[in-house]
Amino acid sequence: MSTTTTQAPSITVNGEQITIGDVTVHTNALDWLRDRGLTGAKEGCAEGECGACSVLVARPGTDAPTEWTAVNACLLPVGSLDGQEVITSEGLGSPAELHPVQQEIAVRGGSQCGYCTPGFVCSMAAEFYRSTRTTSNGHCDHEHGPNGFDLHSLSGNLCRCTGYRPIRDAAYALGEPAVDDALAARRSAPPPPPAATAIAVDGAEFHRPASLADVLELLAESPEAQIVAGSTDVGVEVNIRGVRAPLIVAVDRLDELREFTFGPDEVRIGAALTLSEIERLLAGRVPLLAQMFPQFASRLIRNGATIGGNLGTASPIGDAPPALLALDASLVLASRRGERVVPLADYFTGYRETLKAADELIRTIVVPLPLEPLTAFHKIAKRRFDDISSVAIGYAVDVEDGVVRRARIGLGGVAATPLRAVATEQALIGRPWTERTVREAAAVMAAEGTPMDDHRASASYRSAMLGQSLLRFYSEGVDA
Amino acid sequence: MSSLSERPQQAVVGLPLPHESAALHVTGKALYTDDLVVRTRDVLHAWPVQSPHTHARITDLRVKPAYDVPGVVRVLTGDDVPGVNDAGVKHDEPLFPTEAMFHGHAICWVLGETLEAARLGALAVEVEYEPLESLVTVREAIDAGSFQGTGRHLVRGDVEDSLATAAHVFEGEFEFAGQEHFYLETHASVALVDEGGQIFVQSSTQHPSETQEIVAHVLGVPSHEVTVQCLRMGGGFGGKEMQPHGFAAIAALGATLTGRPVRLRLNRTQDITMSGKRHGFHSEWRAGFDDDGHLVALDATLTADGGWSLDLSEPVLARAMCHIDNSYWIPNVRVDGRIAKTNKTSQTAFRGFGGPQGMIVVEDVLGRCAPLLGYDGSELRRRNLYRLNDTTPYGQPVRHADRLESCWSQVSDNGDVVRRRAEIERFNAEHPHRKRALAMTPVKFGISFNLTAFNQAGALVHVYKDGSVLINHGGTEMGQGLHTKMLQVAATTLGLPLARVRLAPTRTDKVPNTSATAASSGADLNGAAIKNACEQIRERLQQVAGGRLGISPRDVRFTEGIAHGLTFDGDSLRWEELVDDAYHQRVQLWAAGFYRTEGLHWDANAMRGEPFKYFAYGVAAAEVEVDGFTGAYTLRRVDIVHDVGDSLSPLIDIGQIEGGFVQGTGWLTLEDLRWDESDGPHRGRLATQAASTYKLPSFSEMPEVFNVQLLEKAHEDGAVYGSKAVGEPPLMLAFSVREALRQAAAAFGPAGTSVELASPATPEAVYWALDQARSSVLVERLEPSGV
Repeated sequence: MSTTTTQAPSITVNGEQITIGDVTVHTNALDWLRDRGLTGAKEGCAEGECGACSVLVARPGTDAPTEWTAVNACLLPVGSLDGQEVITSEGLGSPAELHPVQQEIAVRGGSQCGYCTPGFVCSMAAEFYRSTRTTSNGHCDHEHGPNGFDLHSLSGNLCRCTGYRPIRDAAYALGEPAVDDALAARRSAPPPPPAATAIAVDGAEFHRPASLADVLELLAESPEAQIVAGSTDVGVEVNIRGVRAPLIVAVDRLDELREFTFGPDEVRIGAALTLSEIERLLAGRVPLLAQMFPQFASRLIRNGATIGGNLGTASPIGDAPPALLALDASLVLASRRGERVVPLADYFTGYRETLKAADELIRTIVVPLPLEPLTAFHKIAKRRFDDISSVAIGYAVDVEDGVVRRARIGLGGVAATPLRAVATEQALIGRPWTERTVREAAAVMAAEGTPMDDHRASASYRSAMLGQSLLRFYSEGVDA
Repeated sequence: MSSLSERPQQAVVGLPLPHESAALHVTGKALYTDDLVVRTRDVLHAWPVQSPHTHARITDLRVKPAYDVPGVVRVLTGDDVPGVNDAGVKHDEPLFPTEAMFHGHAICWVLGETLEAARLGALAVEVEYEPLESLVTVREAIDAGSFQGTGRHLVRGDVEDSLATAAHVFEGEFEFAGQEHFYLETHASVALVDEGGQIFVQSSTQHPSETQEIVAHVLGVPSHEVTVQCLRMGGGFGGKEMQPHGFAAIAALGATLTGRPVRLRLNRTQDITMSGKRHGFHSEWRAGFDDDGHLVALDATLTADGGWSLDLSEPVLARAMCHIDNSYWIPNVRVDGRIAKTNKTSQTAFRGFGGPQGMIVVEDVLGRCAPLLGYDGSELRRRNLYRLNDTTPYGQPVRHADRLESCWSQVSDNGDVVRRRAEIERFNAEHPHRKRALAMTPVKFGISFNLTAFNQAGALVHVYKDGSVLINHGGTEMGQGLHTKMLQVAATTLGLPLARVRLAPTRTDKVPNTSATAASSGADLNGAAIKNACEQIRERLQQVAGGRLGISPRDVRFTEGIAHGLTFDGDSLRWEELVDDAYHQRVQLWAAGFYRTEGLHWDANAMRGEPFKYFAYGVAAAEVEVDGFTGAYTLRRVDIVHDVGDSLSPLIDIGQIEGGFVQGTGWLTLEDLRWDESDGPHRGRLATQAASTYKLPSFSEMPEVFNVQLLEKAHEDGAVYGSKAVGEPPLMLAFSVREALRQAAAAFGPAGTSVELASPATPEAVYWALDQARSSVLVERLEPSGV
């Protein structure tokens, strides 16, 4: 293999710096780790659904300089970890000296076949080290432990043996990291800065440009380039469908794509912020999105997936579009030619087609303020955690003096693109916010879009869910 | 009490120990078959060429273009097979087919220097197909008269007569889905020709002896030239009982032809599209009840969807038929069973092995009929429970039938069921858009392989001169904790601390002719074999110790590594010292153990006999809440009391019960195998062939409150240290969830609503069920829901 690089790309794994070496640019981090003898992380599905490949990466935090962030190694091109620090289950502890997370899982029967276990260990360790986890906070329900452990942190890990109870008990039994815990201490210093990376192997290239200008330059010259951020979508294409793009451009750590400002007139969200980061930065200030985040894939995916990526792939069943349509969001598209602002409602033009030109990149998502008072996000799926929507609906409604003044309803899963339920909105606006109005509008809503039959749901169920969703929204609103 | 079941005072069995590999699991140090690749030099990687047709004749196969792909080393085709081109014990599964029998059928395999080279090589292979008519659904097969294997017939009493005179007669038709195993570790084999010219195959297999047998017959060599080892499996659940053989044979064939180690590991898509699953069934039934809600007759026809080849479909069907009674006394029974042949993966063993498919039928009957008879479903079930001295439809006495009632009343008490029922009633009255329900269901599951010959096992126990002990047995570890239990059995029998005993991986050159680790029998069979081997050694050492201690050998006891008399007062001897003495006296310090289950007999043609050593019992109560807008639901609370005899290893057993329950809940509520049944270009293709489309239970499906207790004072005479099998039975406790969902859906309608619920009861299925129930009442006002 011929390899040319600016400098030898390397990854610090469990404290040891390892040169990435002669591997193709499509090699994922999981295969790379395993080829180096670190076989703890496993491939269970190769599409980020099972979490058996979960590892920890030192990533920028919002509440501490560094957060140990669990990600699916199977989805990441290994080059995207150039210069980064990674911890695997082997690095957390050894059989003679178990890490507290490993100890709790082991003694409580949290492993049976053990295949998913290293992944669970890493996901659980990330939550163990979450800087905002407070062991003294009183909020405790069936998804939150008395030690502040959020069970959603394990939503991307599947276990086929245990039935999960002992794993949950292990998670809820964890205390705080010991005072001399090196990984806990590591959080107080910044993570490694993004490395400008250029790898070329056997005619395929992986680039992580140092600036947005460099990316836009590259895109102008090679509009066919495959942009990746968290690789949560592209990684599946590589692993499952054998897609081998000749040029991959990573944009996930560019400062220009990571802006975040809240108010007074708008919220600006950098396209390369991950769903997890946005969730932390918003801290519940956009209730519609706060309702969406826990239902968006899994924590492992949200730790990698970016908001720009979710809009860039333009999947008709993405979860962010219906929510952002309801919020009347706009996109800032950047290219070497300049920037332009496009309303999200105009952005989707066909099945996985958008107004975005090949040389353009989504830079920022803009949500106007103030927010409508009544909002909700409804997701219909087979499974509550980590599933793909059969139907997803975002609502933003303003009712004044008992009359609907404004209504925006975003739909996913019922057409070739995400769309606004315009007819339903019209059936609501200007009318009294009553059961009668809602029932009539629900009948309109059930006819929105052109739902399909597939393995997730029947067309008739999808249609029924549209109507039922509006009834539910009203029912919840009346109650509120 | 039998000597097999008698448990000494200070026993290591019965201690709640974590899995013996737990520390290795959590640190990523536990090795699985594919983890060996990085430790093996010059490995070749295998990739299949899979059929894009559901049924097609292969008219041409051109492999030459694959050799033009850099890194491709060899393409394996049927021409390469020196022995028998067959991957199954029924001789109906050509390893390299000339006719693609299902979408995804592997036609040939490409070996490459890298997995990528093999993949690209497979893409380059050119196959010409002549598409043929295909049968995709079991209904299509029934209509076409497409069956395979031997149909069976089970009769007791006079069904026609009793149906004619029964106070209430109902009938129904019910088709329910299969299940993908989705063990987290996909099929994997690594084969090499060792320094002695022997074939050594490391395989993720529940049945190393049969893997060895198939590899040998494909290679055309005697079994003694093939050794199969299974380190451990990342889950099996029955999916690695028959299915690994062909993959191991491909790897072994490649290794013999190239002289290099060959690794064959399926990715998830390949695994799901190529390997067999739990059988879906079609059923038709008629059931008669008397005025007191007692079942008087059940007439059923079960049609198992066997897929393209026979595999284990016959014994699966037999077990389904033997479990159609579940835990209920039914005086008159007639069951006809047959196996459909369809163009799908060849369906196979899956935890419960047909038992769940038989039991779901009677549970569906009771669930649908209860409202029509005016009973709560749980009350109707309790009325029909077996009592002492009852016999099953195939003539086996239901020993310990009273344990059903014990489990039932304990669950009822522990779960505070009476109070909660009242609470649920109040909740439902106050919430028009959400309904709760609580259902209780029992399980009775027969333990032993239906085929009597399989109920045997072997073990090999070595005591080395330093006193350390190494045990081998024929069972495989797939996460069920078998090895943990076997260590406990050996330590108990030899009177040693657990740390003195080590267990080596399962290998066919240590213990031959083993049965599959299946039918929940692993601990029963292998435990008894290990105990037998350890007892032989113990008896010899008692002789030596008796001489040293000046007491009768019969009075020598071993406790915590000390040999002593009946009391601790006299002289004693350290185990290590004793072993050293015994060696110098030329006493054999190792032994082969053997066990065969006594008292079994089964006439497979007449479907009569006593095929099971005993029955395992359990009862579950499940409470669900269903959302009337969507059909989505949560599992609020589950209480279980389950009979594992005197537990060998309580932490392991609780884990099996919880895990089995959640897996059963997955089968019944969530896991949705969807084949393309259209006439379009993808007819027969499995649409749910990935973790993104085939959803397993995740944390969100775990019961919010989950209480599992072992039935106390449950000693099982005649089984190793008084224990019972636990692998499969708890899976069927999940019927409680399905029945609770049915009742919650019915609660949207008027009292007495009978609800038909599809299986799996996905949110969509529950929605249609509740929508049907609701449509029979006036549209209610959209009240505030009181969330």
